[in-house]
Amino acid sequence: MAEAAHSAAELTVQEYITHHLSFFTFGRIDGHWGFAHTPEEAAEMGFWAINVDTMGWSLFLGTGFLWFFRRVALKASIDNPSGIQNFVEAVVEFVDARVSEGFNYKNELIGPLCLLLFFWILLMNTMDLVPVDLLTTFGFEPLLHTVFHIENSPFKVVPTTDPNITMGMSTMVFLMIIYYSIKNKGLGGFLGELAFHPFGKWMMPFNLIIEVPTLFAKPISLGLRLFGNLYAGELLFLLIASMLGLWQLPAHFAWAAFHLLVIPLQAFVFMMLTIVYLNAAHETHH
Amino acid sequence: MNINATFLGQMVAMAFFLWFCTKYVWPPFMAIMEERKKKIADGLEAAARAEKDLELAQAKSTEQLKEAKTEAAAIIDQANKRAAQIVDEAKEQAREEGQRIIAGAQAEIEQEVNRAKEELRSKVSEIAIAGAQKILEGSVDQAANEDMLNKLASEL
Repeated sequence: MAEAAHSAAELTVQEYITHHLSFFTFGRIDGHWGFAHTPEEAAEMGFWAINVDTMGWSLFLGTGFLWFFRRVALKASIDNPSGIQNFVEAVVEFVDARVSEGFNYKNELIGPLCLLLFFWILLMNTMDLVPVDLLTTFGFEPLLHTVFHIENSPFKVVPTTDPNITMGMSTMVFLMIIYYSIKNKGLGGFLGELAFHPFGKWMMPFNLIIEVPTLFAKPISLGLRLFGNLYAGELLFLLIASMLGLWQLPAHFAWAAFHLLVIPLQAFVFMMLTIVYLNAAHETHH
Repeated sequence: MNINATFLGQMVAMAFFLWFCTKYVWPPFMAIMEERKKKIADGLEAAARAEKDLELAQAKSTEQLKEAKTEAAAIIDQANKRAAQIVDEAKEQAREEGQRIIAGAQAEIEQEVNRAKEELRSKVSEIAIAGAQKILEGSVDQAANEDMLNKLASEL
């Protein structure tokens, strides 16, 4: 936040924002493996490159969350739950209640899937509330400079502002939709749903034109909704930090307070839509 | 902001996390919450049963108290009767004892009177003889007058 002055002294507003919206990418460049120094270099790396920053934070937060929940589960008591256990149980019960409401079939995977998605995305989104320069300009960037001798490299700490992360999750959900659709309806049933619905078999081409995009719209909208919300939130924090001078402090506060609603809401929406989609994948009465 | 292998990395990470969550995180909490639910239901049921038991016990204790009171009253009644009986018996005994003592005393008195009479009688015969001797100025042959004297004594 307050580091805007420092950054602005060296960078223009556009440079500052571009810098903060870029990733710390590892990949193959000019025939050897290494870290990208500019966004252009990162783009040149093509598909076989990895955003070390967002991937690392995603793994760190996911592992931390599961480790924490597992530790609570091992110490859990029936008669005398600790405060932490109460908190974790409240989260689990909340997710379980949403699953019971929205999912009408028996599937051992849906509960844990929704818990994972909800809490993991919640944690990744919450990284957005960390002041934008705290972990980057004053945290990881000097560290990278010292360890890898990378000058002025970007470092993003909010995994859900990386479309790779959000689309990776929504694609996994999509694969589960396809898997359960075929498993429950049969391949014929699944394809029939695409071809003979909603207008009967004589309108098959028309049906396909409607249903196939509908099918593919599910993972894309799921992933891009989360990405878009968090990206926009991040961008606004960056604009506030780079353009408002000292007035950024109340502005940051106001936007953070609003963002406090967006963060759990987007995690919740992702979970709820996953439940709805997977429930539809189990429906066989069409 | 281009799609790269991070996309695949996130999918693999999610698959692994999902496996871990399904195997090690979700089931223990479900089991604990289920067990707690059962325990609470059992506890409530036990409480209801205990309340019923308490009611039964209270009714039973009231009954027993009543019985005990009746029994105690009967025992007291009996004891009172017995006490009256004992008192009556004692009274009777005392009366008999008194009568016996009175009878004994009367017999003794009679005996004493008889003895006094006897003594008096013998004394009278002596006095009569002495009187007669005085009158006759001579001795009277006691043996010769034995019959008369005895007759006199028995008439006294």
